[in-house]
Amino acid sequence: MGQIEWAMWANEQALASGLILITGGIVATAGRFTQWYFGAYSIVAGVFVCLLEYPRGKRKKGSTMERWGQKYMTSVVKLFGPLTRNYYVRAVLHLLLSVPAGFLLATILGTACLAIASGIYLLAAVRGEQWTPIEPKPRERPQIGGTIKQPPSNPPPRPPAEARKKPSEEEEATAAGGSPGGPQANPIPVTDEVV
Amino acid sequence: MGNWVVNHWFSVLFLAVWLGLNVFLFVDAFLKYETADRYYYTRKILGFCSRTLRKQLDHNLTFHKLVAYMICLHTAIHIIAHLFNFDRYSRSRQATDGSLVSILSSLSHDETKGGSWLNPIQFRNMTVEYVTFTSIAGLTGVIMTIALILMVTSATEFIRRSYFEVFWYTHHLFIFYILGLGIHGIGGIVRGQTEESINEGHPHKCAEYFEMWNNHDCRCRRPEFEGQPPESWKWILAPVILYICERILRFYRSQQKVVITKVVMHPSKVLELQMNKRGFSMEVGQYIFVNCPSISPLEWHPFTLTSAPEEDFFSIHIRAAGDWTENLIRAFEQQYSPIPRIEVDGPFGTASEDVFQYEVAVLVGAGIGVTPFASILKSIWYKFQCADHNLKTKKIYFYWICRETGAFSWFNDLLTSLEKEMEELGKVGFLNYRLFLTGWDSNIVGHAALNFDKATDILTGLKQKTSFGRPMWDNEFSTIATSHPKSVVGVFLCGPQTLAKSLRKCCHRYSSLDPRKVQFYFNKENF
Repeated sequence: MGQIEWAMWANEQALASGLILITGGIVATAGRFTQWYFGAYSIVAGVFVCLLEYPRGKRKKGSTMERWGQKYMTSVVKLFGPLTRNYYVRAVLHLLLSVPAGFLLATILGTACLAIASGIYLLAAVRGEQWTPIEPKPRERPQIGGTIKQPPSNPPPRPPAEARKKPSEEEEATAAGGSPGGPQANPIPVTDEVV
Repeated sequence: MGNWVVNHWFSVLFLAVWLGLNVFLFVDAFLKYETADRYYYTRKILGFCSRTLRKQLDHNLTFHKLVAYMICLHTAIHIIAHLFNFDRYSRSRQATDGSLVSILSSLSHDETKGGSWLNPIQFRNMTVEYVTFTSIAGLTGVIMTIALILMVTSATEFIRRSYFEVFWYTHHLFIFYILGLGIHGIGGIVRGQTEESINEGHPHKCAEYFEMWNNHDCRCRRPEFEGQPPESWKWILAPVILYICERILRFYRSQQKVVITKVVMHPSKVLELQMNKRGFSMEVGQYIFVNCPSISPLEWHPFTLTSAPEEDFFSIHIRAAGDWTENLIRAFEQQYSPIPRIEVDGPFGTASEDVFQYEVAVLVGAGIGVTPFASILKSIWYKFQCADHNLKTKKIYFYWICRETGAFSWFNDLLTSLEKEMEELGKVGFLNYRLFLTGWDSNIVGHAALNFDKATDILTGLKQKTSFGRPMWDNEFSTIATSHPKSVVGVFLCGPQTLAKSLRKCCHRYSSLDPRKVQFYFNKENF
């Protein structure tokens, strides 16, 4: 179990807790249960937790699957810097948020789930994990003429070094253009007139 | 659309029947509490009470997930309904206006007969939270729901694929869930009027005279209630017994000795294990569960069998794809330490058998997804060796798509010997295979261009030249459709979801609307 990033599971758990808080809160407010104002709080807290947890952080190893449309929230969450990067802060925040919802039966499930998420975040923080935003990859501008290979700079005879390399079982052939060093060193540089 | 229905009619029918049963059970239970006489007084306090029954069937992964979604949905409905119930019980306990509900609520708990109470909230100052955590139903409910939520959040696709152990171990919380489900209803909180009480004074007659229930000369006496016996155990008993039997069987099988006869390390981090076990017999394309106690005593992982039934050993190809597989490969790489012990459970069957039901078969394997087809092709090789000409299959198109050149060496000898055998038997047209290398660069292509005139391919040594990039399925399918205008073609894929989508689309597009002409049927291996 060495390479588990607990923060990823804590994130799923917290997102689920947010949804449960919202649902419990709606039930309590709509049904006008006794002390239903805790339900109203629960809805607000649930929405906040969902927005905070929606952008998934980047995994340390391997590629991370982004949630649909998360880049908008990523830019907002990024703004808070160390407050959102640090998982100790998140653990404490979730624990505090979960407490008021514990006074109402309809939302107590949200409290329990958010407290569990807080515990997992604490574990993640202790292991030194951090929230890093998933940045959109900069679009590579296609370089004009980038794939045109320069004609060889040596005059013949040229050693056909590439054709002798063995393919298949080994690693892919390292890039080798026309070998400029080669066995023949030219006293004056040779250029090709063809453009 | 028509093609989709033809391909999937059985699953649709099965799902429709199952959903229909669910709906029927829900409506039946709901109507029972809504209309039956026993629950007349219960309804007075609660307004309406809906309770749902959940069945658990573990059949295969998709169905398992579907059942899980149903459970989550019904759990949500169940909890919300009981939240309303408890709130109403609480209010009627607080009510002092002498209304029907307050009289009903005041039926006390310590009657000598053992309690004919209706309202589970005994005292005015008892909160619903207190009742929840001190009653069996409430406590088990909370424990069950938390276990369910933890199971669901650790089972999302992302967590499962990236951190399998979290998913595997957390999912064992289902033990608490099932235990809780069994004892959830013991307390009998949902109450209905007893038979004798109804006979003495039917609610339709006596309800309006509730103020006079305490008078001795009134014909109507106070109604008496009893709890519903727990029913969930009836639903879960059979599946639980089946599951326990399966776990016992797995344990028994794991104790049987597995002899590893050959270990081969292939390039691109693939390990081939050839093994023997007493009493083991397989069909093409089946899979086994493998456990390695020295790596992780509790984890069982599935692997497709890559050997043919005709061989005297069975083999699997394991690709490094996570913690367990990497540790396994590392353990076998150690030259000087003893070989780790392996436990095997299986074999279990999948749809690969169906390949031989089609006249023309198109097999598409992506990367390590070629394993079920390796088994099929090997089996075909043996069948031809034994001159078994009863094969319904007349032509096979095999596509193998790999990212790296090293991957092709996994089954290179298989393809070479198949080529040779087909030539010897004069059946060169039987197997038409193409290899695709998707991770190519200009150097590899340069080599290929230089060696264009050679008879064999420079990457694999096979007569068939390797193509670069991904197959253009439209071209392939239209060629196949024109070569076999009147056949039924089975398309089999073991690979990623995106490839499945494009193949499925091609199947629909190139299947003729006339059922006598060419028809493509799509089958996907699920892992």
